[in-house]
Amino acid sequence: MQLSLSPSQRRALWAYVFLAPAIIFFIVLFVIPVLRALQYSFYDWPLGVPQKTFIGLENYRRLFMDDPVFLISIWNTIRFTVGSLVPTLVLALGVALILNQGLKALGLFRTIYFIPVVSSLVAVGFVWRWLLEPSFGIVNYLLRLIHIKGPGWLVSPEWALPGVMLMTIWRDLGFYMVIFLAGLQTIPREFNEAAMVDGANAWQRFWKITLPLLNPTIVFAAVIGVINGLQVFTSIYVMTGGPGDLPGGPLNSTRPIVLHIVEAAFRSQNMGYASAAAFVLFVMILFFALIQIRIIERPFEY
Amino acid sequence: MGRSDKMATISKPTTARIPAARTLRIPKGVAHIPLYIILIAGAILMLLPFAWMISASFKTLAEALQVPPQWLPSTLSLRNYQEVFNQQPLFGRFFLNSVIVAVVTVISVLITSSLAGYAFAKFNFPGKNLLFVFFLSTMMIPFQVRMVPLFVMVSDWHLTDTYAGLILPGLVEAFGIFLMRQFITSIPNDLIDAARIDGASEPRIVVQILLPLLRPALSALAIFTLIGNWEAFLWPLLITNAEEMRTLPIGLALFAGRYIERVDLEMAAATIAILPMVVVFFLLQKRFIEGITLSGLKG
Repeated sequence: MQLSLSPSQRRALWAYVFLAPAIIFFIVLFVIPVLRALQYSFYDWPLGVPQKTFIGLENYRRLFMDDPVFLISIWNTIRFTVGSLVPTLVLALGVALILNQGLKALGLFRTIYFIPVVSSLVAVGFVWRWLLEPSFGIVNYLLRLIHIKGPGWLVSPEWALPGVMLMTIWRDLGFYMVIFLAGLQTIPREFNEAAMVDGANAWQRFWKITLPLLNPTIVFAAVIGVINGLQVFTSIYVMTGGPGDLPGGPLNSTRPIVLHIVEAAFRSQNMGYASAAAFVLFVMILFFALIQIRIIERPFEY
Repeated sequence: MGRSDKMATISKPTTARIPAARTLRIPKGVAHIPLYIILIAGAILMLLPFAWMISASFKTLAEALQVPPQWLPSTLSLRNYQEVFNQQPLFGRFFLNSVIVAVVTVISVLITSSLAGYAFAKFNFPGKNLLFVFFLSTMMIPFQVRMVPLFVMVSDWHLTDTYAGLILPGLVEAFGIFLMRQFITSIPNDLIDAARIDGASEPRIVVQILLPLLRPALSALAIFTLIGNWEAFLWPLLITNAEEMRTLPIGLALFAGRYIERVDLEMAAATIAILPMVVVFFLLQKRFIEGITLSGLKG
């Protein structure tokens, strides 16, 4: 039997051997769960009850027609994603551009801006809860110094989500800055030098050279940001929850989609409904990921 | 004038500005001063929350709540830290749990990714492209979609409150396979073929030739996986009930939630939770930046 295998068949066999662990894990941890989730989403299935009732698209209909809180959570999630990602990307690009001017202390500043990225999100969430405390928090104290009356932040339905966004901008800036710096360093210096000889000022060089060449990096960063943003949970859970009140408040003003999914599954114990909500999130993420592939139009290289 | 004429052939309208710009050029160091001011102001804003946290962790409760804020504690006492461990003796255990989960996850991701990456980079076999696209497509699936079935599965297998249950969902990472494939593709085939001609078996090639060459990529992937795993919150929250099985983020969240009015204790606990990863970051700074960069450019 062994002799009948050609060298190329032998090697193909080895390839499957090397792929086996990954394939097994992917089937058990991805394929089966995703298919099951899709199946659950068509059933009415309270947790702990053995029998499930097939109800077709009823879960999806209820999500959009009978559950205004779900729609609020979609709106909150989108607001959070846009409101935190856009300022983060702009600021990160600005800092990266400054650092890319050949400043001597690049390493030091990069380190400082990166520290929040490696800091426990739960821990910094609690730190910011206190920073944003309306009466004795540092943020409102600093605002008072410049004669601005700070808002109620996390206790105010209008300002709670912006408060979480503020923390998110602070925490993620360094991550995107490092990505942008790497992208900027791939742009050949000669391009900018040639433009300088031609008399282009810094502003023109930024718009005509740097920005177009950095476009793939910016799109990549934006897509990672959107995918992460749509899945926001931990920061809101930590910053808005408490012993007395559930996370997502006040008045559902910070409630994200993921919290809706988790509560449907583990508070209301309706696994089918939770799975349907999770699939809505999936479709949203897919939608944005496909837009990215369209924009970059970078086919898989083989 | 002759110089200006030459320039004119390159770009006419702006030639006149060049000599002016030359004479007006400010020394680089001086021109950079405003940039440094912006960067320093930004750096202060980045560090301020940490400064306040560390300062509050040494203060008494009354001091921590003072308005206007008192920037430095009046005494440098470790009593808040002692109190955190008195109130929650399991903090060490939370840390240990997080380390165990992270280490096993990282090892599993490194092994599965490099083996699969090798197969995709250097072998031809039926179904290769299809399988690769399949792996990649799993990157877009948010964890919440798998969450409910995984929870049911882990409960059915009686793995709640076990390390196995905590570790399971993260054992494989499509991004890691992608990264490794990119890296291994750049390794010359001659190296591998030469070893084959010398009669080395395939597993031997992986261990003796591939792994040493992959070290930078492996460390980048290890750090990337570590950061993601260290922060994992939702899954450990769902899958653990026993206090001694909590990971650091969950343990911290529950502790801080219980002592919600005690900013002094909360900030001591937050400092304890932040410290290990920041220390690792300072030790392996270059690798961290490389890891993020690599993922950014190759992704």
